[in-house]
Amino acid sequence: MSDRKTLQIKQISGHSGPSAGFDMQRDAEVCKLIDTTICIGCKACEVACVEWNDMPFSPTTFDNTYQTMPATRWNFWNLIKFNEHQREDGTIQWLMRKDQCMHCADPGCLRACPADGAIVQYTNGIVDFQQENCIGCEFCVSGCPYDIPKFNPATKKVYKCTLCSDRVGGGLEPACIKACPTGCLKFGTKDDMKYIAEERAKQLRENFGFEKAGVYDPQSIGGTHVVYVLHDAENPERYGGLPKNPVIPWSYTVWKWLFKPVLGTFALFGLAGVLFHYVTVGPRRPQPEPPLKEPLREKES
Amino acid sequence: MSTAIERFDDKARNAFDQIGQNEVYEGELLRHRVYTRFLHWMVALFFFLALFTGFGIYLPWLFRWFTPVFGGGPLSREMHPWFGVGFVVFFGLQMLNWIQPMLWTAADSRWMRNLRNIAGGKEKQDPPDTGFFNGGQKAQFWEIVAGSVVFVITGIILWKGARTFGRWPVAISYILHDISAVIMLGGIFIHIYLSTIGEPGTFQAMIRGAVSEAWAWTFHPAWYKEVTGRDPVQACEEARKRGQIARQ
Repeated sequence: MSDRKTLQIKQISGHSGPSAGFDMQRDAEVCKLIDTTICIGCKACEVACVEWNDMPFSPTTFDNTYQTMPATRWNFWNLIKFNEHQREDGTIQWLMRKDQCMHCADPGCLRACPADGAIVQYTNGIVDFQQENCIGCEFCVSGCPYDIPKFNPATKKVYKCTLCSDRVGGGLEPACIKACPTGCLKFGTKDDMKYIAEERAKQLRENFGFEKAGVYDPQSIGGTHVVYVLHDAENPERYGGLPKNPVIPWSYTVWKWLFKPVLGTFALFGLAGVLFHYVTVGPRRPQPEPPLKEPLREKES
Repeated sequence: MSTAIERFDDKARNAFDQIGQNEVYEGELLRHRVYTRFLHWMVALFFFLALFTGFGIYLPWLFRWFTPVFGGGPLSREMHPWFGVGFVVFFGLQMLNWIQPMLWTAADSRWMRNLRNIAGGKEKQDPPDTGFFNGGQKAQFWEIVAGSVVFVITGIILWKGARTFGRWPVAISYILHDISAVIMLGGIFIHIYLSTIGEPGTFQAMIRGAVSEAWAWTFHPAWYKEVTGRDPVQACEEARKRGQIARQ
């Protein structure tokens, strides 16, 4: 084996049992840090994403904001969300947030996905869609708290940001990180990024007058592998609808891992039940039945 | 029932009798006309198509050997709602066709309370007040009606997905859709069993439309009395005696 790190699989959607080889090798969790306070909205990351992932030109929508289009698309995974926020004193604040897959530690898409191997989570934290196994049911869309998976009606598959798993697997940073001119985007281990983010938030609080500045790394889904530094961490919704407490519908956990297999088994019991009835009680025939040629043996009880 | 539905049903029944035919032999009674049989088999066809494509979505890891029959997982998922539409359309017509004989009566409640004796094989014949359909058949019919309503509402939500209806409606619909399917799947085992090996002589009613008189007085005595005017218990006794004389 070479010393090159390869991507190891941690979780597989719709898969019974653990993933083969899990935890054989310890891998640092990766993380993307997005400092919204120094994003200038240049859209270099949008272009880099489209370029690296070899996606076609995507028509833009102009709606009197600095946003390229209203939401991400199946072939446009990275979008700077723009919001003109009016503060209480009447001054205006431009909030720019790079919207993409958050690579949750507890991914709602993976929980919701019924297809074996359509969504995998690597030990480094990247959540990746494997389109060849996707059946296009779109349950992941309902599982995701961030409205990230996008359906392509032509291929009947769902697509999203891969955190450039192909680049990261080869030891490179994601394309958006490479393109960012302001240092707003950083990439490294989760611990390092978290440390830098907290330091920056502290700086914003103490030196820049953003008293509510903080880091967005929601614990309701076990944290994310994309963290934000926000001017106002108490109101993440302002940044293009970032949920404060993202949740995964409980039905995907309870129903999928417990009741689905159990009820499926019950249905099979129904089949066994009627066969059992046939053997023990026997069929009911139209009356009068013709008498038997030879009497039945008495059952030994 | 409103007369418009009755007129529609009568028209359809007569039209289908022109296309197919009811094969009733001497000593038999006509039970299901061509229209009813056509609807039954269309419902059955779409039920199983929807069921089998549904397996691939319900537990893909368990049914991955099976989904290629329908062209793989993605195509199964694409076709499943359309099969569902077929099921609901034909079952809707069947419901209009059957709503009159399926109305619940006091005799059905008595039949259901007596279910243990019938299922346990203690009673060879159904109670004399059992009509064209018995309580069990009516219960299954109304279960499918209720289940179909659940299927339609949750199915449309799942079909169009979270993009149209939001996350939570999909997450809830998915449970209700599954429960409805599992109940119907359990019911279909009983239905197929009773109509084939469980009660011999039943299956032909859905093939050529006829059942023997003996079948009728055994399983649906009140219906037998209604169509022949003879007493089912007496008819059965007479048949028993005739059989004894013939064997002597």
